[in-house]
Amino acid sequence: MTGRLGCGALLLALAGCQGAAPTVTVGSKVFTEGIILGEVVRQRLDAAGVETRHQRQLGGTRILWNALRRGEIDAYVDYTGTIAAEILGGVVEPRLPAIRAALASEGIAVSEPLGFVNTYAVGMSRSRAEALGVGTISDLAGRALAFGFSNEFLDRGDGWPGLSSHYGLAPADGTGLDHDLAYRALAAGDIDVTDMYSTDAEIRSYDLRVLVDDLEFFPDYRAVVLYRAALAADPAVATVFEGLAGTISTATMIGMNAAVRLDGASEATVAAEFLGGRLEQRVAIAPDGLATRVAARTGQHLAMVTVSLLAAILAAIPAGVVAARRPRLGAVLLGASGILQTVPALALLVFLIPVLGIGAPPAVLALFLYSLLPIMRNTANGLSTIPTALLESADALGLPRSARLRIVELPMASPAILAGIKIAAVINVGTATLGALIGAGGYGQPILTGIRLDDTGLILEGAIPAALLALAAQTFFGLLERRVVPRGLTL
Amino acid sequence: MGHATATGRSASGSGERLASLQLRGVTKLFGATLAVDDVHLVVPPGRVTALIGPSGCGKSTILRLLNGLVRPDRGEVVIDGAVIDGKSLAAVRRRMGYVIQDGGLFPHLTAGENVVVMARHLGWDAARISARLDRLSALVRLDSALLGRYPRELSGGQAQRVALMRALMLDPSVLLLDEPLAALDPMIRSALQDDLREIFAALRATVVLVSHDLAEATHLAHHIVLMRAGQIVQQGPPGELLTSPISTFAEQFVRAQRVLNLGTAE
Repeated sequence: MTGRLGCGALLLALAGCQGAAPTVTVGSKVFTEGIILGEVVRQRLDAAGVETRHQRQLGGTRILWNALRRGEIDAYVDYTGTIAAEILGGVVEPRLPAIRAALASEGIAVSEPLGFVNTYAVGMSRSRAEALGVGTISDLAGRALAFGFSNEFLDRGDGWPGLSSHYGLAPADGTGLDHDLAYRALAAGDIDVTDMYSTDAEIRSYDLRVLVDDLEFFPDYRAVVLYRAALAADPAVATVFEGLAGTISTATMIGMNAAVRLDGASEATVAAEFLGGRLEQRVAIAPDGLATRVAARTGQHLAMVTVSLLAAILAAIPAGVVAARRPRLGAVLLGASGILQTVPALALLVFLIPVLGIGAPPAVLALFLYSLLPIMRNTANGLSTIPTALLESADALGLPRSARLRIVELPMASPAILAGIKIAAVINVGTATLGALIGAGGYGQPILTGIRLDDTGLILEGAIPAALLALAAQTFFGLLERRVVPRGLTL
Repeated sequence: MGHATATGRSASGSGERLASLQLRGVTKLFGATLAVDDVHLVVPPGRVTALIGPSGCGKSTILRLLNGLVRPDRGEVVIDGAVIDGKSLAAVRRRMGYVIQDGGLFPHLTAGENVVVMARHLGWDAARISARLDRLSALVRLDSALLGRYPRELSGGQAQRVALMRALMLDPSVLLLDEPLAALDPMIRSALQDDLREIFAALRATVVLVSHDLAEATHLAHHIVLMRAGQIVQQGPPGELLTSPISTFAEQFVRAQRVLNLGTAE
């Protein structure tokens, strides 16, 4: 397998991703407005002389909140309605004093609102809405329409489940898709109704109608900075957070979103322009060449896949041996790893964040867990299909069990074991793209950004290397098979 | 008979090597099936004993009881006065060679690697291994060049000769063979049968052979044990069974085998 040296270097590289002591880390969710606001906060801190870092496009509310609580990030922007419904479970009313009181116990402070309100809304294309005579959410009831909602909206208490029961709509009608794809689906006529944020630039550019929330379901979503209360000890930091209060109007926010999503400006540039262009030297965001970018992501991706796979090999082969020796225990082991396999990757990552934080470690652990089943099952199968007569011949020679395993059983099972490792490797290369959602980098990063900004070039920048890496893994294990599998078995 | 000297008894002297094997009141059940039913048997040391009988009579189980692949439900298996138990099993097995019907060679190892697998595990040096290999390939009449082949590249007869070499590698005092010729076609079978007789003579180890073929058993063995339904029906020198079967079953078995052999001979 890969040399020990290479493995050690990878571990070091992973460890290096963590750490960095006095820097203030700003996080942002995987949507454009969140990233712009993250940049605004970061650049303001930077201008105030605070060392900063921006962990951009980390998954959703859960991931950011857990990262904040663990101190993996120090601040991020969220919305009052979201905080009340998602973080506080809907038991706290979505007003600032109540939210502040609830979060204080977690050591988290909440800034004054930044100004604008970005409420959830439900909308349709103007032409379709006019043709059907739909102006309010109540008008949707009893109509055969295609509802396509962002996945987060579909799951959130303050999203579709609450909305559908509030308005008497059929909950089963809602199907999920990515928020950034929803507008395209709406324009193409694939769906009729979607959720939107009231500050989305697309409302204007796609000529959409925001339906009136006539039964007043959606609460206020005021943007606030959540930050670790300990940060306020530094007056410079506290001043920055409070200085942002009331500075961003709804129109300004829509304008900034449009600049990124429609005009292709970078979030950093848009934030810098908003802050008064005081950022010239910083804007030298040295755009790396394609080769450098791909090389860096290849390193991150390979590190995740290799470390998780090696660990899985070390754990799953012995577990497979145990499973073959003791069928009952084996059924338990295989059952447990089978259940793990059914946990969706994103859910698994979210579970792991409270324990391991964000970045590479939870991604590596998740990939490790996914790799166990194919390797363990193939090892157990490979061992248990060895003819009894051969095992008895080994016993009759006087070979002890351990020597029988090493000399006879593992070599004979090696084709099956290798096939299991190959399956795990290829699955890992694909699954590791999700690591980008929790800040682990890799090929998933440009894919996420590409989906968000509707930039096919960016998506391919991640997807093509990922596909090539999967092919390379196939080829590598094909060659390894020739070396490792005894020739006598392939005759 | 030049091969007799080729085996070389360098490991130890010849007198004390003759292992004595005994079953004392051994019973073995597989589920509800009584495979071996209270069998007492003394295997003549240094001689060739053949266990014969119809299929399912328990003869293979007896063989597997002798090297501990099957453990008795009741009774004892004794070698040189000591009862074989879990502790002594590994040591006992190294004194016993075991050959099964289709050889049981490990397909991922070459013929040569199969032969030396145990010697290597015990840390024999290369010179000792290669000297032993030379002697054994001469004894079993196998072209040494074939030792580089994998089992799947060998004919049935060649594979059986390799299996015999593997069983004899550690110079065992007991050799157990379970239908060693049954899977071979007639020509190869008769050639190997003749060779086996010479090999047994050269070894002078205690040999126990399982066969369902009376002609083969009488050709190879000094002592015949006829079994039926887990019990010993009659035992003695080959001639005795042929000329004076003591029961109807023995008589029928002998007659049926004669008819069978006439049929195949002509």
